[in-house]
Amino acid sequence: MFKYIMKRLFLMIPVIVGISFILFLIMDLTPGDPARAILGDYATQEQIAALREEMGLNDNFFVRYFRYAVNAVQGDFGKSYRTSVPVVEEIYARFPATLQVAFQAIMLSILLGVPIGVVSAVRQYSAIDIVSIATALIFTSIPAFWFGLMLILLFSLKLGWLPAVGADSWKHFIMPSVTLAAAQLATTIRMTRSTMLEVIRQDYIRTAMAKGATRRCVIFKHALRNALLPVVTVLGIGFGNLLGGALIVESVFGISGLGTLMVNSVKSKDAPMLVASVMFAALVGSLVNLGVDVLYTYIDPRVKIQYLRRAKS
Amino acid sequence: MKTTDSKNGLLKIENLQVEYITDDARVFAVNGLNLEIEKGETLGLVGETGAGKTTTALSVMRLLPPKVGRVIGGSILLDGIDIIHAGEADMRALRGSLVSMIFQDPMTSLNPVLTIGDQIAEVLIFHDRYNNRTDVNRRVDEILRLVGLSPERKNEYPHQFSGGMKQRVVIAIALACEPKLLLADEPTTALDVTIQAQVLEMMKELQEKLHTAVILITHDLGVVAQTCNRVAIMYAGEIIETGTVDRIFHAKRHHPYTEGLFGSIPDLTKKTRRLNPIDGLMPDPSNLPAGCKFHTRCPKCIDICRTIHPRSSVRDGHSIRCHLEGEGGVPVAGETAGGEQT
Amino acid sequence: MNASIKAATHGRIKTKKRSQLKAIWFQYRKNRLAMFGLALFVILIFIALGSGFFVDYETQVIEQHMKERLRPPSAAHWFGTDQYGRDVFARVVWGARISLFVGLFTVGIALVVGSLIGALSGYYGGWLDNFLMRIMDVFLAIPGTILAVAIVGALGPGLFNVLLAMSIARIPQFARIVRSSIISIRGQEFVEAARACGTKDRRIILRHIMPNAIGPVVVQVTLHMATTILGVAGLSFIGLGIEPPVPEWGSMLAEAREQMRYNPYLMFFPGMAIMLAVLSLNLIGDGLRDALDPRMKN
Repeated sequence: MFKYIMKRLFLMIPVIVGISFILFLIMDLTPGDPARAILGDYATQEQIAALREEMGLNDNFFVRYFRYAVNAVQGDFGKSYRTSVPVVEEIYARFPATLQVAFQAIMLSILLGVPIGVVSAVRQYSAIDIVSIATALIFTSIPAFWFGLMLILLFSLKLGWLPAVGADSWKHFIMPSVTLAAAQLATTIRMTRSTMLEVIRQDYIRTAMAKGATRRCVIFKHALRNALLPVVTVLGIGFGNLLGGALIVESVFGISGLGTLMVNSVKSKDAPMLVASVMFAALVGSLVNLGVDVLYTYIDPRVKIQYLRRAKS
Repeated sequence: MKTTDSKNGLLKIENLQVEYITDDARVFAVNGLNLEIEKGETLGLVGETGAGKTTTALSVMRLLPPKVGRVIGGSILLDGIDIIHAGEADMRALRGSLVSMIFQDPMTSLNPVLTIGDQIAEVLIFHDRYNNRTDVNRRVDEILRLVGLSPERKNEYPHQFSGGMKQRVVIAIALACEPKLLLADEPTTALDVTIQAQVLEMMKELQEKLHTAVILITHDLGVVAQTCNRVAIMYAGEIIETGTVDRIFHAKRHHPYTEGLFGSIPDLTKKTRRLNPIDGLMPDPSNLPAGCKFHTRCPKCIDICRTIHPRSSVRDGHSIRCHLEGEGGVPVAGETAGGEQT
Repeated sequence: MNASIKAATHGRIKTKKRSQLKAIWFQYRKNRLAMFGLALFVILIFIALGSGFFVDYETQVIEQHMKERLRPPSAAHWFGTDQYGRDVFARVVWGARISLFVGLFTVGIALVVGSLIGALSGYYGGWLDNFLMRIMDVFLAIPGTILAVAIVGALGPGLFNVLLAMSIARIPQFARIVRSSIISIRGQEFVEAARACGTKDRRIILRHIMPNAIGPVVVQVTLHMATTILGVAGLSFIGLGIEPPVPEWGSMLAEAREQMRYNPYLMFFPGMAIMLAVLSLNLIGDGLRDALDPRMKN
């Protein structure tokens, strides 16, 4: 297992390097001069030229990328063009809020989505099933920012129960988490339902019934564990989507997290900040995916053998 | 020989009728089936695909697919218990302890995420056979040894076993509580021929050891000859001929369908140029013919077959449901074809 | 003689294809939700195509009428007017045109480029497959929205740049789907047979493999159109997408947000429009998937 994890981590390195290269390239293509961006509109030509020289902006693209990469390996991802703060510090300060919203959203979608999906499948075509399918359909189609605004409209402006913007207390995190969870919840419900429907038609379910298992035992012990396998995978992929969704949700609820950081750095052409934060998001997404794959091996014994075999070869 | 001996009778199915309701049709899967099994006996239930063999077995387990399949008439008495009217909790208590079922494909009948030890232990726990986990584990080891598997493998998962070994595990689960009746639905069809023989041999040994009655569902007459005491031949949801293995294989008189079945097996001792398969196909079970259900394919069909459903005639415990047998035979009690068109 | 055999087999293949489509349509038609989605989508297309006839872009969609600011919905202005006095109904209707165009165009580019990469990768395998797929992995490791934002960041906002960014973000996903269908089909006998007959690679890919890989791809096209419309609206909403005064639904919502405390009705209609458009595509995609999957026939 350890070997497998190490191998996966090792395989992540070229991906991260690739991401940094692509992002660096994108930033390089961006029109505008970073030196001017730092010094502002009133700087003289000489000042700008001096700063360009100092930053090494006149070097060849590959030289600059190589320098960036060498620094990055040592933990130096550069300074923000806008605030001159090292980007790592800024990301470090912003990430907890994003993580909290994303984590709550994913918990919400699991804790609600899996039971709803199970009930829906077990009572196929019942009223509960129809309601949950309809809910899932609406949640996959509703734009997150609109849903968030509607929540603000109702709970903040009309009822006054929850604060509309900010990230100061736990109350501030309720609506963002719910908003971010909506799409993931819908996916979880649909996925759980459809795999559950497939699983309960399997022969081994009939075997379990023939053994004299109770309905509850059949559903929870025999069916659910098998049905969870694809659901877990979807949750892993979903986490990446949640980080992307955070971009929009944070802007709706005025949370200063990783998402707003990215949006602001795009708007202010803060290249080092953007490259580092996107890389960070990708890294977190990949780590969560790896975590999910490891978790998978504990739920599905068939996969474990496969991985171990592959890790050996 | 008398067919009913209340002391030895284990399963008695009378006039069982089962239908499946699908989107566009009512399918009559079992139509007035009568069957009796004595304790410790092995009955071969033979017939083509779609004859209603599996449906009959599922009815005994009361595991017909919910909302689709249902029993619409007749009775099933298992060890004195009325299966059709028993409560769900009572049925659960029966399944796996009094009656077990082995399904066709061992590849898919085991849960891939549970160890085989757990899957065997489960049935013991469901039926409260032992008070503590140590005893359960000891019994699991014992039963694994019984089916010829090493107890050390109990912590492995189904995918780590071959097909034949999986079927051994399935048999271990089925026999763990020493049921009085085992329903084996084509237990060896999915296996290699050599493995088939091993598994059948083992089943036979275990059955003798545990004194379990077995209904062996198959379409392989060779398997029947090797393992069964008695044979029931099924066609379009009813039994058209039953008798001891000896009678079915050696008697002169047979139902024309049975003759057809034997005619379609290559006989290595005789020199024949070609096989004689039965012409035509099984009738559509949602639209069964009137009269004898076999008349559309029967080479000996006479006028009466097209309109009147034949009764069973019994001679020396050998019963044949055919108009051609009618005159000489004596109708047997419980065979009064109630509910059917006569 | 030879020609007649060719004609005969050709005819048979054609009828088979048609009957396959018919069978899919037969399955699809039974699904009431999917039919509802299709109806919704057809209406949307009519609105998008018709908007040019009954709405004038210059005078009704973008011209500001400060005297008629913030009128609530009425007979004259069905959806009311916004803070610049523009008729919200006209803008929502015009927005259908933009969203559909964006959805079709983005998915179209992603489909063509992605299929090409996926087909090459899946058919030839080996180092080419490895090389292309590692690049796709890099793109896939970045969450789609974030990648699109980064690309927009480089190119700057605006309709065309957003289209490009969204397309690039979707290419790897199509490449992966096409690649895996092709790998699963490549090994099948009829492809081996074609190769044994000396058929050229390009012909094998285009005539034998692609038609068989099309099912899952069509489903993905509809579902991706849905997510693209959502994504573009999201980008526009945070100011990195299509910019005002173009009546993109997301940017309309961004403007409406400023008025949410006193004129919440402004937020309602563009939001509903996005939801219905996305819903219709999701329903169609699900319906197609079920119709194509023989296991779902129960």
